[in-house]
Formats: sequence, structure tokens, C-alpha cells
Amino acid sequence: MFFLRANYTHPAFWEGVRASAALAPGLAAWGLMTGVAMVNAGMSTFDSVLMTLIVYAGSVQLAAIPLLAAQAPMWVIVATAVCVNLRFVVFSAHLRPYMMVWPRWQRLVSGYFTADLSYVQFTQRFPHPSPDASGQRAEQAFLSGHYFLTWINWVGTGLIGIALTQAVPAHWGLGFAGILGLVGVTCSLATSRLRVLSAVVAGTASVAAVALPLKLNIVVGIAAAVALCMLMDRSPVRPPSPQDAA
Amino acid sequence: MMEFDHVLTMVALALVTVVTRCFFFISDQPWQLPSWAERGLRYAPIAALTVVIAPEILTHQGHLIADWRDARWPAALASGAFFLLQRGRSHSILGTIVTGMAVYLPLHLGLGW
Repeated sequence: MFFLRANYTHPAFWEGVRASAALAPGLAAWGLMTGVAMVNAGMSTFDSVLMTLIVYAGSVQLAAIPLLAAQAPMWVIVATAVCVNLRFVVFSAHLRPYMMVWPRWQRLVSGYFTADLSYVQFTQRFPHPSPDASGQRAEQAFLSGHYFLTWINWVGTGLIGIALTQAVPAHWGLGFAGILGLVGVTCSLATSRLRVLSAVVAGTASVAAVALPLKLNIVVGIAAAVALCMLMDRSPVRPPSPQDAA
Repeated sequence: MMEFDHVLTMVALALVTVVTRCFFFISDQPWQLPSWAERGLRYAPIAALTVVIAPEILTHQGHLIADWRDARWPAALASGAFFLLQRGRSHSILGTIVTGMAVYLPLHLGLGW
């Protein structure tokens, strides 16, 4: 939690802030264009501001905007959001050992703020959950610092985008910068042959199944990739090593 | 009334964010991931990211892009190539964004791809 003194006075907090700053321009362009896209789709300023402030998930926002504009039923919008956010369920399994040392309210706050970039950079910086209290403090401080700047960046640029809709036409496509950032993040996860295979299978399946409703192509892609990689994995069953965990 | 519906939808979406991001650490119960799931976890994060970005690069309005003159795939390719060349250096993700946009914007705005 960035508002806890123990976190923002810890040196790792600022290390997290700097790590997030390195990715800030791409996220800023994405946030800006998401703000622009909401208003362009016909959403009211009130709805756009509320969505930017509380939903805090760029890919869900982009998926939900056309559905909201088309007056889709709420359950359709929510079901779509669950599919788009399925990756965070996967990330949460990985983050569990880091998180369980903290009280539940802190886990929920940290979890809410930990989006793709914070998850990936955090688990690369700390490939193993620390067994001792000082290491755990550093982990939490780093994560807090990382999502602190990431959140300010996303919300700030989103609000600017809502205000500047006329000045930054959506057809410029600046929002694609966010996808390019995720391309970089994905490349940084491709540390073994099976992981490259996982990405290729997942990407192919999700594109092939893109016509499915409710973004179910996301479920199909993950299931196909993980199932195939587990079948092909001949390594002995053991606890994850640092290379695995990253 | 319409506004209230929308507020309800936004709150529901915020709850989806909390529940999905915290899914496996909401409960205080001690619990161990089964070993087969731990195995699957090695490949799941990269799959989970790729399924979100691949359709953003390769599809248009629910279909695979029919016309190869689309600025997104060359930009993504340039980003990937840049990342491979930068391997191991810090801040390489910023480089992937800048490289990709340097390919994307001229093709998209200049040639209308």
C-alpha cells in the first residue's frame, strides 16, 4: 500500500516507482486513448470518469466500451470482463505466496492495483517469495511503489484523454502503444522453448476463435496452450526454480 | 434511471477487477496449489497475455485481417525484433514501444494502413 509509511519510506518503494517510470510513456499513450475512446463511443463524461477511476483495467475498458455504447445487458458486459481478466486469475496464483504474509485487506488493496506491468516487473525483480520479514517488507514496498505510479499514470492520462477528446483524434491510433508495451512484456516472459510454444498456440487459438461471444476466445487460447505445454513437458515434477517463476 | 444502470455496471466491473486480480489470495485458508497446476503455471502467464494482445494485432471487427496492408502487424514485428536485439538490457520495454510506434505511425497516418 503506497499510503503506508513503512512502504513509501522504504528504498524499494522508489525502485518500484523507477521501474514503472521506464514503462510510463506507453502506458500514458494507452491511458490517453482509452479516455478518448470512451467519449468517442458516446459515453457520458460522468460514465467515462467513473470508469477511469474505479474499473482500472485497460483491456476490460476497451472491451466494455462498445458493449456499453450498444446498451448490451449488464451480464454480457460482466461476463466479457471476466474472460478478458482471466489472465489476472493466473497471475494471482503466482502471487499468492508473496501475498499471504499480509492481512487480507492489504492483499485485496494490493491485488486490485496490481495490473499486468506491475505483476511482470515485480515477479522478475523478486523471482522467489522471501522467507524473512525484511525481504517481505522490500517486496511489498517495491510492489506498492510500482503500482502507485502506474495507477496515477493510468488515471491521470485517462482523465486528460476524456478532457481532450477533440484534440487527439481516435483515428491516430496512439492507443496501440499500450499493446506494443504488452508485446514487450510478453517477450520478456518468453524464457524457454515451451513458453514460446505456449505463446504461439495461445495467440493462434485466440485469433482463430475470435468470433466467439463474450471473449471466450481468451478462455480457449489459454486452455489450449497450457494443456499442450503440459503434455509436452518432460521435465520432472518439482517446485518451480527461479527460471520457471519469472 | 439510465445513469444508475451505468453506475451499477461500473461498480460490477470494478468488482470483477478485484475478484480476478485477488482470486487465489482472497481466502485466509492455508492451501497448496496442486503440483499439476504449479506445472501449468509455468506456461499460463505468457499464454494469458498473448491471448489478449494477438487479436488486437491480427483481427479487425471480429475477423482475421483480410488485407495485409495493416500497420499493426509490422509494428508488433518491429517491437519483437527490437526486444530480441536488446535482450538483457534494462528499459527495453520502452524501446519496444518507441520502435513499434516509429513503424506504426508512418504506415497508419502516412499510408493509411
